Amino acid sequence: MIDVNKQGEVWVFAEHHEGTLEETSIELLSKGRQLADQLKVPLAAALAGNGVEELCVRLGQYGADKVYLAEHPLLKRYQASSYAKAMCGLIVKHKPQIVLYGATPVGRDLAPRIASAMKAGLTADCTDLQIGRHEIKSTGQTFENLLLQIRPAFGGNIIATIINYDRWPQMATVREGVMPMPEPVGTRKAKVIREATDLTPSDLLVEILSEHRQQKKVNLKSSRIIVAGGAGVGSRENFKLVWDLANCLGGAAGATRAAVDLGFIDRDHQVGQTGTTVRPSLYIAIGLSGAIQHQAGMAASQKIIAINNDPDAPIFNIAHYKIVGDLNEVAPKMIKAIREKA
Amino acid sequence: MGYNCIVLVKQVPDTKRITGQAMNEDGTVNRAALPAIFNPEDLNALEMALEIKEKYGGKVTVITMGLPTAAEVLRQSLYRGADGVILLTDRRCAASDTLATSYILSCAVAKLNPDIVLCGRQAIDGDTAQVGPQTAEKLGFPQITYVEQLLSLTGKTLTAKRNLGNGWQEVKTSLPALLTVIDTANEPRVPSARRLMKYKGAKCRLEVEAAAKTDPSIDVESTCKGLEKRGLLIRQWDLDTVGADFGLVRARWVAD
Ligand SMILES: Cc1cc2nc3c(=O)[nH]c(=O)nc-3n(C[C@H](O)[C@H](O)[C@H](O)COP(=O)(O)OP(=O)(O)OC[C@H]3O[C@@H](n4cnc5c(N)ncnc54)[C@H](O)[C@@H]3O)c2cc1C
Ligand SMILES: Nc1ncnc2c1ncn2[C@@H]1O[C@H](COP(=O)(O)O)[C@@H](O)[C@H]1O
Repeated sequence: MIDVNKQGEVWVFAEHHEGTLEETSIELLSKGRQLADQLKVPLAAALAGNGVEELCVRLGQYGADKVYLAEHPLLKRYQASSYAKAMCGLIVKHKPQIVLYGATPVGRDLAPRIASAMKAGLTADCTDLQIGRHEIKSTGQTFENLLLQIRPAFGGNIIATIINYDRWPQMATVREGVMPMPEPVGTRKAKVIREATDLTPSDLLVEILSEHRQQKKVNLKSSRIIVAGGAGVGSRENFKLVWDLANCLGGAAGATRAAVDLGFIDRDHQVGQTGTTVRPSLYIAIGLSGAIQHQAGMAASQKIIAINNDPDAPIFNIAHYKIVGDLNEVAPKMIKAIREKA
Repeated sequence: MGYNCIVLVKQVPDTKRITGQAMNEDGTVNRAALPAIFNPEDLNALEMALEIKEKYGGKVTVITMGLPTAAEVLRQSLYRGADGVILLTDRRCAASDTLATSYILSCAVAKLNPDIVLCGRQAIDGDTAQVGPQTAEKLGFPQITYVEQLLSLTGKTLTAKRNLGNGWQEVKTSLPALLTVIDTANEPRVPSARRLMKYKGAKCRLEVEAAAKTDPSIDVESTCKGLEKRGLLIRQWDLDTVGADFGLVRARWVAD
């Protein structure tokens, strides 16, 4: 635990694999930038590894004012014990007020180990972060400029706001894809601060024998166009309409949980609170009602077109273009029109 | 020789079955209206421990921290093959956050000198997946999260396969170690009918005391003695038993 320190910086743990930064870390830099500006403190990235200095350039372009660079041969590959030790060293020395991690397999393995060692609070899997005040009703004590850590709880049935007013730093893991990707600014540079890290082989508690990383089969997050189908599509066979429309637009196929549960399409395609969060330029919603849990994953799309035969379907409340009709008539016509134009 | 395995299990509200009635008007959840179940991935952790015992020998002790009603998951563990169970319960533990929980659990685990500690990856009430790594840190144990398969166990060396969603990893560590187990690791066994008959009367002292409140004919001391004789008294520990410092336990977070 470190002292409450309102001048402390906002930090993002910079996760990387084989020389590339994890996308979630970049997303966190955009959120971190907002939080840091609100608090009027610098935004820093904490980068641990070996031979990773060149990543500092990108961290700067994506918004970090500073990079704390902890390099050591024993940090060549990620593992919880050594990385936690390196990070705790940095936190104790520089006393950031906020530390953010991606809710990736690495972030969820590392952050609790750090929280435990620091005796600091940690909120898992946040979907939003804000700066705000909190009052403890029983004592009337108020706290300004706290990190409001917002996340679904109880299997996604409620949204909870969690704060941590005294066990600092305030730490959270943040779900992948919920923060927008910033555009890099080529001229922005981060100040690099090299940090000595004191590690011995006994800090490596496990040995990594082999490793295999899969390309994600579906990359909904980076698709600019998503065509999503719901239970209304009716069958796995009929989902061909969704695939065809997605393909002719050069987009990806998405789905509701109902469509996934019905076996129309694989779970990797699910959009929503318990699926992937997306913010494409165009989202075409076909035969889906627009349940709140689905909207949670797609409402930030720039343009939404909805096709539904029920004029009262909630998806129409957020759609920019509303097509009330049978998807089996509308979707083929759209496919035909696009193919003819192409 | 065999391995001394400890499984940490949690009783959780069945969040998959939340209906309108379980929601309060202000949007919060009425926990009391939800059925309490054995956290699903903790059953996978228990199964892995039982498989270790069957293959290599040793014993399996299950610990849960919670209200006296959590004794139910301990009975469920006995039905499936656990050798010993412990209920960690103390009024002062109420509203513990994951830091306090892992601190108290680590004190309890340390008393038992384990070779392997197994947790579920995450509990479905909070989905935080923090208690495993935090308990490992407090014990100074290596942690292997997301375990899908135990590859080998020879002497004090364990190798396991982790499923990371976006790939996998095979890792090796020396014991003692803490593993968190995921749902694809195995198919948890169902209770054995024979063990169910044997252990369905198992109770902890607080359950006996609660029963005595409504039925004055129950004498707490003699009932507990009788249960103990038959191996049916569930061990009950509190903060003092495990040597946890109350000052460190006080929860400090506020959730609306
Ligand atoms: C904790 C929790 C988490 C959840 N997480 C998610 C999540 O991540 N993602 C998600 O999507 N859902 C999630 N859900 C489920 C969500 O609540 C809804 O049940 C689900 O999104 C509904 O899917 P749907 O719109 O496909 O089905 P329905 O609600 O059944 O809607 C089908 C729609 O198709 C229309 N339709 C039918 N036939 C036609 C036709 N011929 N032409 C045009 N339109 C037609 C109907 O009018 C209707 O509006 C979650 C639920 C819970 C409780
Ligand atoms: N109160 C508890 N008693 C025993 N084990 C627990 C408790 N809370 C959490 N655990 C263990 O820690 C795992 C992760 O829990 P959580 O961090 O709450 O998601 C669970 O699957 C259990 O194995």
